[in-house]
Amino acid sequence: MRDVLYLAWCYLVYHRLKTGILVTSIMLIIYLPVGLNVVVKQSAEHLTARAVVTPLLVGAKGSPLELALNSLYFSAEYPELIDYSEAISVQDSRLAIAIPLYVRFRSRSHPIVGTSLDYFEFRNLSFAEGRPMAVLGECVIGANVAEALGVTPGGTVTSSPETVFDLAGVYPLRLKVSGVLAKSFSPDDDAIFVDVKTTWIIEGLGHGHQDLARPEAAAGVLNRTKDNIVANAAVMQYNEITDDNATSFHFHGDLGTYPLTAVLVVPRNEKSGVILRGRYTTDDASSQIIRPVEVIDELLDTILTVQQFMFAAALILGLATIATAALVFVLSFRLRRREIDTMHNIGGSRRRVAAILLTEVAIVIILSGSLAIMATLLTWQFGPGIIESLVLT
Amino acid sequence: MIELEGLRFSYDEGDFSLQIPEFAVARGEKVAIVGPSGSGKTTLLSLIAGCITPRSGQITSNGFEVSGMPDAARREFRIANIGLVFQEFELLEYLSVIDNVLLPYRISRVLRLDADVRDRAAAIAESVGIGDKLSRYVNHLSQGEKQRVAVVRALVVKPPLLLADEPTGNLDPINKDRVLEILLQYADDNNATLVAVTHDHGILDRFERVIDFKDFCTPDTPRGASSIEESL
Repeated sequence: MRDVLYLAWCYLVYHRLKTGILVTSIMLIIYLPVGLNVVVKQSAEHLTARAVVTPLLVGAKGSPLELALNSLYFSAEYPELIDYSEAISVQDSRLAIAIPLYVRFRSRSHPIVGTSLDYFEFRNLSFAEGRPMAVLGECVIGANVAEALGVTPGGTVTSSPETVFDLAGVYPLRLKVSGVLAKSFSPDDDAIFVDVKTTWIIEGLGHGHQDLARPEAAAGVLNRTKDNIVANAAVMQYNEITDDNATSFHFHGDLGTYPLTAVLVVPRNEKSGVILRGRYTTDDASSQIIRPVEVIDELLDTILTVQQFMFAAALILGLATIATAALVFVLSFRLRRREIDTMHNIGGSRRRVAAILLTEVAIVIILSGSLAIMATLLTWQFGPGIIESLVLT
Repeated sequence: MIELEGLRFSYDEGDFSLQIPEFAVARGEKVAIVGPSGSGKTTLLSLIAGCITPRSGQITSNGFEVSGMPDAARREFRIANIGLVFQEFELLEYLSVIDNVLLPYRISRVLRLDADVRDRAAAIAESVGIGDKLSRYVNHLSQGEKQRVAVVRALVVKPPLLLADEPTGNLDPINKDRVLEILLQYADDNNATLVAVTHDHGILDRFERVIDFKDFCTPDTPRGASSIEESL
C-alpha cells in the first residue's frame, strides 16, 4: 500500500498544476452547497434568535424589514422617523413598556443607539465596567467597541458628522464613556448607547452655548429685550457636555415632536399586545406595529427560496464538474497507456497498477473533500459575521 | 535457458504470423537477433518474456513453462527473472532516476524493497556513471543517460535473463558502446543470458551468436510471416 501511495503521490506532485485545478474544482463543488447551507442556517438562527425575543416594534409606515433590521441589528439604513409622542402614547396606555430607539448616527462604523435605561434590562445586558449613562453626553459602549477603540470608562468617543459639507447638519459631539457592557455576542457588542436626548443633541435639536446674559457673551448679542435675546453666530456652542456646561444644554419646542426611528414595545401580557396591535390596524394610522419574528421569517423564506435555486444551480454545476473530472481522468489514463503498458511489461501486477491509478483519483477526492471541510469550518466560524456585516452595514 | 518448441503465434487483427518449430538459447549465452522490420523480432522477445502467449507450442524460460502459466504468474515470473530493456527507454517522467530504477519493487508483491536493494541500485547506477543523478527527473537527462537508467532498472533485480529490444537504437556511438558493455559485462559476471534484437550490424561481433530472421523464412510461410527453423 505504501508503494502504491508513493507512486500515486509522485504522479500528482509532478503534475501539480493539473492536480491543483482538479482539487480546486472538486473542492468548490463540494463546498458551495455545504458552505451555503451553513451560512444560511447560522444566519437564520442568529437573525431569528434576536427577533424572537423582541415582541413588538412601532415605527413609521413603510418597509417593515428596514424597521426590523435597524431596530434589531442597528443597520445603517434607517426607516422614516416617528415622533417621540408615539413612545409616550404607548407608555401612557399602560399596556406595555415603551423603549424609544433612535438609531441614526454613528461613531466611525459603530452605531449610536439613542434609547432609555430600560433597554439594558430588556436585553439582559450586564456591565463589565462602569455604570449606565446618567446624564446627557454620557454613553455606554459595547464590548467590541471598547476593544476596537481601546476605550474604558472615563474615556471619550465622538459621533461622526453625517456629511462633511452639510454646514447646517449634524456636528460631532464628544461622548463620555460611563460604562462598558459585558460581551453578549449580539449586535449590542458593536453599539454605543446614549440617552435618546443625547442623540437629539447630536442632531442639533438640543444644544448648549454661552450664557447670553453674561458680559463675556455681549459681543454675540444682536438685540436684547426684557423677554428675549437675539444672538448672532459668534456665540460659542459647546461640542462636549461637561459638568460645567451641562446646565446650559436645553431643547426648544415640544419634545413630543422629536424624532425616533422606532419604539420597542414590551407588552405586559399577550392580551395587551393584541390590543396594541389592533390600534395600529386602521388605514389612517401614520405608524405601523410589527412582530419582528414575522418579518425575519418572511426574509428567511425569501433567502430559502434563493438558496433552493442556488442548490439546483450547484447540483447542475456539480454534475458537470464531476463529468469533466471523470473525462480528465479517462483521457489521462488513455494518454498514459504506454506508461501503463511499461509497468505491465516489466511484470507489474494488474491489481497493483490499477490500484496506483485509482489511488491518484482517491487522493484528489480526499484532498478536495478535506479542503471543502476546512472551508466549511471557516465558514461556520466567520461566515455569519461576514454576511451580517455585508447585509446590515 | 530458453527453449521454444512448435511455436505458432498471430495477432487477433492483421495477417502477421510467427512460426518457430524449434529454438534454444543456453544459459549465459549472448545472442543477437537481426532481421527486417516487421519480421517478428520484438514479438519473439514478448513471447519469451510472457507478455503475450502463443496460439500453440511451448515456451520454457529459466526452467519454467511460461506459455502454460496464468497471466498473474507470468507477471511474477517476469519481474523476478527477466530484465527488459527497450529502445524508447520507457521511463516514467514523473519519477526520479532512483524511483525509476526501483519501480519493479513498487509494482509487484514478489519483490521486496529494502536497504540492500537501495544500496545495490545506487551501486549499479554509480558503476554506469549516473550515480550523481539519482534524484533528478528523467526528463532532465540525455538520451544516453536515460538508456543507462533503463538498463539499471533491468539489472537491479539481478535477473538470470536479459531481453533487450534495440537497446542502442537511439544512442550515439559512445553511449552505444557504453550501454552494450554494461549489458555484456553483467551477463559475463552473472552467467546471465542476453538476447538482444538489433538493426545495428556494427555490434554483432560482440555477441556469441547471431540469428537472422530473413534466413529462416520458409517457402510456405505466408507473406508478412516469419519462421525460424533452426538456430545457428
